[in-house]
Amino acid sequence: MSRPSSPNFSPLWQLTLARWRSFYREPSTIFWAFVFPIVLAFALGVAFRNRPPEPVWAAVLQGEGAPAVFGALERSGQVKVQVYDERGAHEALRTGKVALVVVPATATGPRTYQFDPTRPDSRLARAVVDDILQRAEGRVDPTKVADFKVDAPGSRYIDFLVPGLLGLNLMSSGMWGIGFVLVEMRTRKLIKRLLATPMKKRDFLFAFGAMRGLFLLGELPLLIGFTWLVFHVAVKGSLLLLLGCATLGSLTFAGLGLLTASRAQNTQTANGLINLVQMPMFLCSGVFFSSERFPEVLQPVIKALPLTALNDALRGIMIDGAGLAQVARPMAIVAAWGVGAFLIALKLFRWR
Amino acid sequence: MTGNLPSTSENAIELRGLVKRYGTVTAVDGLDLAMRRGECFGLLGPNGAGKTTTVEILEGLNDPTAGEVTVLGRHWATDEAWLRGRLGISLQETHLQERLSVIESLRLFRSFYDHGQDVEALVKLVSLEDKRDTWYSKLSGGQKQRLAVACALVGDPELLFLDEPTTGLDPQSRRQLWDIVLGLRAEGRSVLLTTHYMDEAERLCDRVGVVDKGKLIALGTPKELIATLGGEQVIEFVTDRPLDEAPLAALPGVRAARHVADGWALTVNEVHVSIPALLQHLGRLGAPLHRLSTHHATLEDVFVSLTGRQLRE
Ligand SMILES: Nc1ncnc2c1ncn2[C@@H]1O[C@H](COP(=O)(O)OP(=O)(O)O)[C@@H](O)[C@H]1O
Ligand SMILES: [Mg+2]
Repeated sequence: MSRPSSPNFSPLWQLTLARWRSFYREPSTIFWAFVFPIVLAFALGVAFRNRPPEPVWAAVLQGEGAPAVFGALERSGQVKVQVYDERGAHEALRTGKVALVVVPATATGPRTYQFDPTRPDSRLARAVVDDILQRAEGRVDPTKVADFKVDAPGSRYIDFLVPGLLGLNLMSSGMWGIGFVLVEMRTRKLIKRLLATPMKKRDFLFAFGAMRGLFLLGELPLLIGFTWLVFHVAVKGSLLLLLGCATLGSLTFAGLGLLTASRAQNTQTANGLINLVQMPMFLCSGVFFSSERFPEVLQPVIKALPLTALNDALRGIMIDGAGLAQVARPMAIVAAWGVGAFLIALKLFRWR
Repeated sequence: MTGNLPSTSENAIELRGLVKRYGTVTAVDGLDLAMRRGECFGLLGPNGAGKTTTVEILEGLNDPTAGEVTVLGRHWATDEAWLRGRLGISLQETHLQERLSVIESLRLFRSFYDHGQDVEALVKLVSLEDKRDTWYSKLSGGQKQRLAVACALVGDPELLFLDEPTTGLDPQSRRQLWDIVLGLRAEGRSVLLTTHYMDEAERLCDRVGVVDKGKLIALGTPKELIATLGGEQVIEFVTDRPLDEAPLAALPGVRAARHVADGWALTVNEVHVSIPALLQHLGRLGAPLHRLSTHHATLEDVFVSLTGRQLRE
């Protein structure tokens, strides 16, 4: 009957525990929050990984000059080559097994390339095969050139994708985890029941914020660690800055979640509102492809969206190793959204 | 601030001229009421009578359109924090967090109060020991309701509100809740409960206020209210012949006669005197008797005599 001294009875702690338990005891939220982004990163990372160059497939027609041509092409290492008789060669070309048939030069005619010019791989094969054979026969190129292969970590699609996925996940988990959950609590009269106690509204809201923090501590190492292990996606900039930036993003979308939940009386309304807010950013804020691809006139609007700014900052830190000074501008945009949304939400919020 | 000393006002609740309108609907229509400390007071009335509205205004969860509300001698406008710590509230409909267990929910609510009851003792009080670690979503309706009552008790309240604590429960669950409320009443707690079950009000409450269409239409102990009928027994009968009220009321032993839904109700003191007289009367008129029954007068009869309607319709 006396004042509880144990920290177990701190309302903020108990409210946070309640949030945490409701979160991890719901398998579907765990899936959407933690598993889904990793599955997405894996699938897209594999689909768009940089493959070794495709070899060129060519057939050499049986005959007198065939061994020389065959030898030259095979030595180049760039061509998969096989000798066919006439019928076999045409069959292979028709079915796409080879892109080109080389008829070696004879006493009566020049070397002939047989191919379908509407097939890009055939045109490529013709160029490559002719190049190899001409050089093998002694052609000298007038200009020296050098090739530089671009496939280093940091410039691949997966490197672009991971910060975007992180931003996307911070947005959707914040909007659903706060917006939807609050409206659900309102329709279940749970907010009203809590208000009937001496609970402080501040503690109630802080618990949601604390839950965002806990979530981030799980999400960040998981996504970054996974893509580092599987795709060698590295964080070039400071990990601490990345954590700070992600925390800021997380809180901003918590504020936007609170705002969308401030009036809605049923979960369908909340659902619609959340999708309405998320959809433009999902498409335009540079999650899956660069936001620069949208028309020039839209750029000022797109740049001002919180997720665009967050993604810019996250990419700056992860890919370019940007420091605080370089990401200060996008982070300021994110922070402005967060503070604005939170203040308006507190004014509008329907507690009863 | 008086710290945690109990408040000194004699009445737990005072309502003067309470009115609540929602647009054109008048939910509460000028209610005056005083509830004493230490009593178990029942607001009895049909659905839509304005019970929940009244209670939520008392709980500081709704604002009155007009009227004065005093709770434990204080006002919501000036003493919200003081009042919050002293009231225990069970709303008509609340769903607690689905995936929190009984004990976790109680600990959560306990954490909001500086002073309060031991949560394990409360689990025992509401007989949920077996379900201590069961999620809310897996409890039966009665168990959920008992947990709601436990959550209302967790701050060791001076005044407890229970809005329709047994509505929708099976008979056994209702009994269990009644036992809990009777225990609280025996402890001398101030309890305000609402119900549309007359047996519940009769059984649990020291005093009952009958409300209908936002107005208080009767107030007193269940005994007093039943006594206003003038008799302790009720004879109900049905005949298809139209009858006059006056000759019925004049039959020996009959205190009052009322036309009810499909027949008549006579309030009497001595059934063995009145029934033969009634049968004779009907025989003389040639009115065939389709049904005849007798029962002890209840609050239901009080409500019917005041409004001409049944409590549950
Ligand atoms: N928020 C509201 N908006 C409009 N009408 C309401 C609202 N709450 C209650 N009412 C109306 O007020 C009347 C009293 O309702 P209520 O207090 O819930 O009655 P009871 O609890 O006795 O069943 C009903 O007619 C109900 O429809
Ligand atoms: Mg009600």
